[in-house]
Amino acid sequence: MADKSSRIVLDPLFNKNPIALQVLGICSALAVTTKLETVFVMAAAVTAVLCVSNTVISLIRNFIPNSIRIIVQMTVIASLVIVVDMMLKAYAYDISKQLSIFVGLIITNCIIMGRAEAFAMSNPPGPSFLDGLGNGLGYSLILVIVGVFRELLGSGRLFGHVILPLSTEGGWYVSNGLMLLPPSAFFIIGLYIWALRSWKKDQIEED
Amino acid sequence: MANDTVVKTLIVAGVLSVVCSALVSSSAVLLRPEQARNKDLDRKKNILQSAGIYDPDQTIDDQFSRFDIKVVDLATGEFRDDVDTATFDQRKAAKSADLGIDVPKDEDIAGIKRRSLYALIYLAKDDSGSLEQLILPVHGKGLWSTLYGYLALDADLSTINGFAFYQHGETPGLGGEVDNPRWKEQWVGKKAFDDEGATRIQVLKGKTDPSNPDVNYQIDGLSGATITTRGVDALLQYWLGSNGFGPLLKELKTKEGGNDNG
Repeated sequence: MADKSSRIVLDPLFNKNPIALQVLGICSALAVTTKLETVFVMAAAVTAVLCVSNTVISLIRNFIPNSIRIIVQMTVIASLVIVVDMMLKAYAYDISKQLSIFVGLIITNCIIMGRAEAFAMSNPPGPSFLDGLGNGLGYSLILVIVGVFRELLGSGRLFGHVILPLSTEGGWYVSNGLMLLPPSAFFIIGLYIWALRSWKKDQIEED
Repeated sequence: MANDTVVKTLIVAGVLSVVCSALVSSSAVLLRPEQARNKDLDRKKNILQSAGIYDPDQTIDDQFSRFDIKVVDLATGEFRDDVDTATFDQRKAAKSADLGIDVPKDEDIAGIKRRSLYALIYLAKDDSGSLEQLILPVHGKGLWSTLYGYLALDADLSTINGFAFYQHGETPGLGGEVDNPRWKEQWVGKKAFDDEGATRIQVLKGKTDPSNPDVNYQIDGLSGATITTRGVDALLQYWLGSNGFGPLLKELKTKEGGNDNG
């Protein structure tokens, strides 16, 4: 049992990563990764929503009529996201301002819907919670990797601390402007998937 | 399956809606005071930052307490004490039918289309009561977005103490460089008006030339961001001109002048 639980949590990190293998939830990975600070808040928000929504949906899974199950999942997820958004506005105002619309858009993050439909609907609450946690961490991992590259190469900082002093601010590092723009996240995620699939060959899709 | 009867479907949908709406509305009610406080603090912080006097070690409310907040009628430059400063919202007013007006096309160099009749301004006074600093809200169109900022003027109502935007959606690294601290530093000490009172401040396309006699009125443009640069220039021309805060500045100048003589 302990082995199975740890598999549920750890599998989504590398073996079944929601972004790298299933290529879900890309939109927010592009939008919030210019700075590590926003990355961590976004990752925490998504993980929290994912854990709670998986648990709640799993708890009521035996009562959900099949014909309206997607709407039921959506309602639960949307309510949770709104609550998270309001909490951020109340307790982390600066960051919620930077994340702006992307907190609200967690509702449309395919990972959350996907896990609710694929796992929570057919598993008890305990494993569903762990599955939410695992997938949340898997999502967070990619966001952090992308965020480190983008913040370091784009603005010469990590967590807002200057690592490479910028030439525009009197240092020597000429920043890579592309890193500040959303497409750079595509390149980084692409390179990451390439690296990951070279390491774990079973993730390569058959033609 | 028993779950799929019409009655059960309706019951589940009904119960779920009630539970979820209770959750959302109760958290909205519980968190509202905290959110309102944050919003207020954020606005005050923006003002302090553009004035260049923000000190992260002190509480924002303490630092802000030296400011007098006034609602000013832009057309006459007079203070309107009958409007409540705590609830007046310039952006809402611009949209409303009675407090906003359309800006005529030929005057609308800042691209704002509509503006409020009144504006909230912030005055810092020294101990003897004479004006030390004046902070004006300004906004105008850049490339992608409307830029919102505060301009801080010194007691002579011409020297710029600080200028910063607190909200915009310009391209990071290009137009977004309006947030660059080195660019913002340039504004400090520049003159907005010449001795005759004409608006002279100007954001150039390209770099300023230190040997130019007008360098006191000029700011470097942002490279790669011609339209944002033009927008910043235009919004200053608008707000410092006779359709913006021109009447207020005139009013304040005569008042302050009177104080000095008496």
